[in-house]
Amino acid sequence: MAVVETLEVLSPGPLTTVQDRGRFGHGRYGVAPSGAVDSFSLRIGNLLVDNPEDEACLEITALGSKLRALSDLVIGITGADLQPHLNHKPLKMWHSHILREGEILSFRGPRNGCRAYLALGGGISLSPIMGSKSTNLFSRFGGLEGRPLKKGDVLSSDSPHLHLGAGGRAVDRRWIPSYLGDWALRVALGPQDDDFAEEGKRAFLNSSFEVTPQSDRTGVRLAGPALQTKPGMEDSIISEGVISGTIQVPGDGQPIIILAETVTGGYRKIATVITADLPLLGQIRPGDTVHFEEVSLDEAYQALREAEAIIEKFKAGLFGDC
Amino acid sequence: MLYDNPVYRIMGDRSVLVELGDEISLPVNRRVRELFLTLERHWIEGVVEAIPCYCSLLIIYDPLKITLPRLQDRIKGLRRTMNGAEIPKPRTLKIPVIYGGEYGPDLAWVARYHKMSPEEVIRLHTGSTYHVYMIGFAAGYAYMGTLPEKLVTPRRETPRTSVPQGSVGIGQKQTGVYPVESPGGWQILGRTPLKLFDPTRLPPTPLEMGDRVKFFPIREEEMAQWQSWRP
Repeated sequence: MAVVETLEVLSPGPLTTVQDRGRFGHGRYGVAPSGAVDSFSLRIGNLLVDNPEDEACLEITALGSKLRALSDLVIGITGADLQPHLNHKPLKMWHSHILREGEILSFRGPRNGCRAYLALGGGISLSPIMGSKSTNLFSRFGGLEGRPLKKGDVLSSDSPHLHLGAGGRAVDRRWIPSYLGDWALRVALGPQDDDFAEEGKRAFLNSSFEVTPQSDRTGVRLAGPALQTKPGMEDSIISEGVISGTIQVPGDGQPIIILAETVTGGYRKIATVITADLPLLGQIRPGDTVHFEEVSLDEAYQALREAEAIIEKFKAGLFGDC
Repeated sequence: MLYDNPVYRIMGDRSVLVELGDEISLPVNRRVRELFLTLERHWIEGVVEAIPCYCSLLIIYDPLKITLPRLQDRIKGLRRTMNGAEIPKPRTLKIPVIYGGEYGPDLAWVARYHKMSPEEVIRLHTGSTYHVYMIGFAAGYAYMGTLPEKLVTPRRETPRTSVPQGSVGIGQKQTGVYPVESPGGWQILGRTPLKLFDPTRLPPTPLEMGDRVKFFPIREEEMAQWQSWRP
């Protein structure tokens, strides 16, 4: 095992962080899961470059960043199309590419989606904290000193040359999600849907909501018709645990879809986005529209099995045993 | 009130909220702790983690490994066999605090608000033993209560954008310590030199839900000697 310097940050972009699949089992201490908010793109990106699917990647938000290869390596680029370029040549999304030492990788800005994932063959060499390399920005730990990447940072990978054979791979078109900016998210109602007035529930399921600029890794903030509770209800409830995808409604009636940086909350939750649709949440950007479709738990489980089957098929295709 | 039977509330396809009561009270919170610690000792295959709060336990599971009806059966089974004897007694932890001055910028305001002296505020704050109801909002942020009636104080009208690490605050009936620098709306009475969140240690915070906490005053000059102390 040889740890080799692979990438130098020339320009970090507004928010680029190290994320893997997240930090679990420490919610009792208030520790949020963090992790890639689009886990599908993270997993596929890693598989493209022969990494374990839960290895850490760079999560690059909206406007691009610029990096220089410090050694030959293979990269996988998935998620939002931020117009990746190698020197001045455009690179294809959902492909793996070889970067030669000295070459410059840049992202020029979003064509669709919100976050791109950059997987490095050989991963990102960092000691996991509480079982994860993910960056927790609020409590400032994990990733690179708990902060976003900055100019001059250098990332290292484990034996990157052993991954070079993974260059030139592509993800089958039918498995690539489309990010059209008008999102239909499937939800299971609850846990406090009964506290909402019929009118409020109807408005929730039948309206389009606009995504506001205040959205970030803690939550997707929506604007639309105010979702009213039954008369006489206080604005907040006694704090309780939450998971990503939970849709909480503060007193102003404007829903917030919780993402990865929260473990507890004190507002009513009208519904929760199903696990199969969670990766989409990471690609929603301000100005997009969102609407919700109610499904049963059985439908949600079925959707999750189908989503996992795609990953399994992709793995089988890569390793030639399908 | 404490429910006779828990209420199970669906939170999506991979978590269920087990509600044991509907109020902030010691009996309800103790019941949450019992269920949480029992689950920890008799782990159910497919459960990812559990998050205990004031009156509920959120159980997060992997729906590819266990379905909700089966999980609910297993939880009901756990409750039937729940054995108080295997639940450890809560610990009592002591937290040193430098009150007032630059460390407690709201001490004077809180004293004026209650028409008492700052010394009286300190006496009241250090005079009670608090119960850790839950840890949440941020890593290592413990919600403790209940403040003596005379010290119940509204939160700041305008929250601060940045409260230093270790700040000890009060808000309504609760008290707590900011484990890392963060925005916050509580009235800050002082600061502890203890590190209440250290990601390099396991557990990352010395406090656990259910613990009992007492604050005691120290002088600024003593700050350094308390820094590495574990309460």
